[in-house]
Amino acid sequence: MIARLAAFLVLLAAAAAFPLFAGKYPVTLLQEILIWGVFAMSLDLLMGYAGMVSFGHSAFFGVGGYVAALALTAYPGTLSALALPPLAAGLAALVIGFFSIRVSGVYFIMLTLAFSQMFYAVAFQAAWLGAEDGIVGVPRASVVGINLAQPMSFHLYLVALVALGALFLWRVVRSPFGHVLQGIHENESRMQAVGYAVNRYKLLAFVIAGMLAGVAGALYTQLVGSITPDAFLWTTSGEALLMVIIGGTGTLGGAVLGAGAFILLQSLVSSYTERWMLILGLTFILLVLFAPGGIVGALRGRVGLRA
Amino acid sequence: MPALPDLFAQALNGLSYGVLLFLLSVGLTLIFGMLDVVNLAHGSFYMLGAYAGLTLIATTGNFWLALVAAPLVVGGIGAVIERSCLRPLYRRQPLDQVLLTFGLIYLFEDLVKWIWGGRIRSIPAPDLFSGSVTVLGATVPSYRLFVIVFGLGMAVAVWLLIERTRLGSIIRAGVFDAEMTGGMGVNIHRVFTGVFAFGAALGGLSGVIAGPIQSAYPPMGASILIPALIVVVVGGLGSLKGSLVGSLIIGQAETFGKAWLPGASMLMIYLVMAAIVLLRPQGLFGRPLK
Repeated sequence: MIARLAAFLVLLAAAAAFPLFAGKYPVTLLQEILIWGVFAMSLDLLMGYAGMVSFGHSAFFGVGGYVAALALTAYPGTLSALALPPLAAGLAALVIGFFSIRVSGVYFIMLTLAFSQMFYAVAFQAAWLGAEDGIVGVPRASVVGINLAQPMSFHLYLVALVALGALFLWRVVRSPFGHVLQGIHENESRMQAVGYAVNRYKLLAFVIAGMLAGVAGALYTQLVGSITPDAFLWTTSGEALLMVIIGGTGTLGGAVLGAGAFILLQSLVSSYTERWMLILGLTFILLVLFAPGGIVGALRGRVGLRA
Repeated sequence: MPALPDLFAQALNGLSYGVLLFLLSVGLTLIFGMLDVVNLAHGSFYMLGAYAGLTLIATTGNFWLALVAAPLVVGGIGAVIERSCLRPLYRRQPLDQVLLTFGLIYLFEDLVKWIWGGRIRSIPAPDLFSGSVTVLGATVPSYRLFVIVFGLGMAVAVWLLIERTRLGSIIRAGVFDAEMTGGMGVNIHRVFTGVFAFGAALGGLSGVIAGPIQSAYPPMGASILIPALIVVVVGGLGSLKGSLVGSLIIGQAETFGKAWLPGASMLMIYLVMAAIVLLRPQGLFGRPLK
């Protein structure tokens, strides 16, 4: 426990200090990894703990991103950067979750997938959302008194938010609520029989995960300064799923590792060859076939670490 | 209110799109019903069908040969995929198969870009159907009528195969309970491979006949996949009838959405899906959920 906390703090300090000894490109890569890490961790709460495999998590990433873009353009400030995106994403998750948790398994996968594509369809065609081009030129505002236009402030702000998100999720999965979720994962009908309002727990998990995905989306908009309909695209959800799987489901930390592996692999392979999609696709296929436990699973098997 | 001939032309467009969706969703729904696999790479078979058709037409100049040969090629690819990649995963959680097929999308899309290049390639309609005809005052490309008639004919053929032959009854039994069917002495693994290849071939066929209407471009597979999945959700997983009815509904919804709600046309099919899921979560013809 203490050792884990120490490791977390060391990693946090290293991430925070990274711009001091690295160039612009590696820093951007790290920031992307951290943002996708939060996104993937929020998905892992659903997949790895509650056993709800959502293929529509991009909906909340996109809602967070778009709301941040609209709000920051109109009213640059704390509320627009920190409060509105997760609230909007949480609301979207409440509505989608309400319909989707009525079914489970493959049906849940397909419903969440279709719902997220619905958002894509709206964003792609709505003129007030910039249609295909999305929203560009989003400013980095002054948030809680910190001027994010300054690169190092933005980096620290991003690292702090990601760390808070990770700690929050870590608390959630270890709370009684988190244990109920894992119970639902293990045996839903038994939890129902014991007297838990299973659907209410699932919906709450879905909303929490949606809100954190919204935070990730908002951070992404602020990092890039723009957001496009592609944020909603089902491949965004698929990539987050892959990150969780690559890292190892039900570990939270694995999701961040997976995000790191995915983004580094993508940038590495694409700098050497135009055929990066092919190599990425092959890698995923081989990973699914031969390393079902992901990176964390492989490490545990090798080093003999316990869960 | 648009004039009647326009309405009729729209309905025919919707019907031809619905027929394409049907050929695609049959494979999706059978593969799901029997193998419990949501095959995200099913759109890739559609894309591969279109490109295989493109090359066969370009080399032989014969559309009809491509119509027969391209689905066979795609079916063969499907059989190889099932044996090599999916079979080891049947005992794992469904997510693993979903992710594997997601990886296949990347693989196939990039392979197609590699072999055929990334730009849009148009595919000529066969000479026999290169003109247009006037039906009830509406001018319609005759190729679209061919697609409708051919597709409906294929629907009847598939229905006869599944409902009226011994092989079909084995497949239906497998959809109902694969393990038990295996226990009755059927070589269920061979049936799995066959069903997967058959679904892939129908997806490829859909791609070949879509070619002259929609042209061939690498992301075509990923973009047709979502409507096809919606068809399966609307019709009910594993149901052949659901697949047909769902395709026809979604085909019309898409076409009339484009005509009547140009600003929100893409939303139309999702609204239809949401309404149906709300009223009947298992889809129109799906088995009731537990």
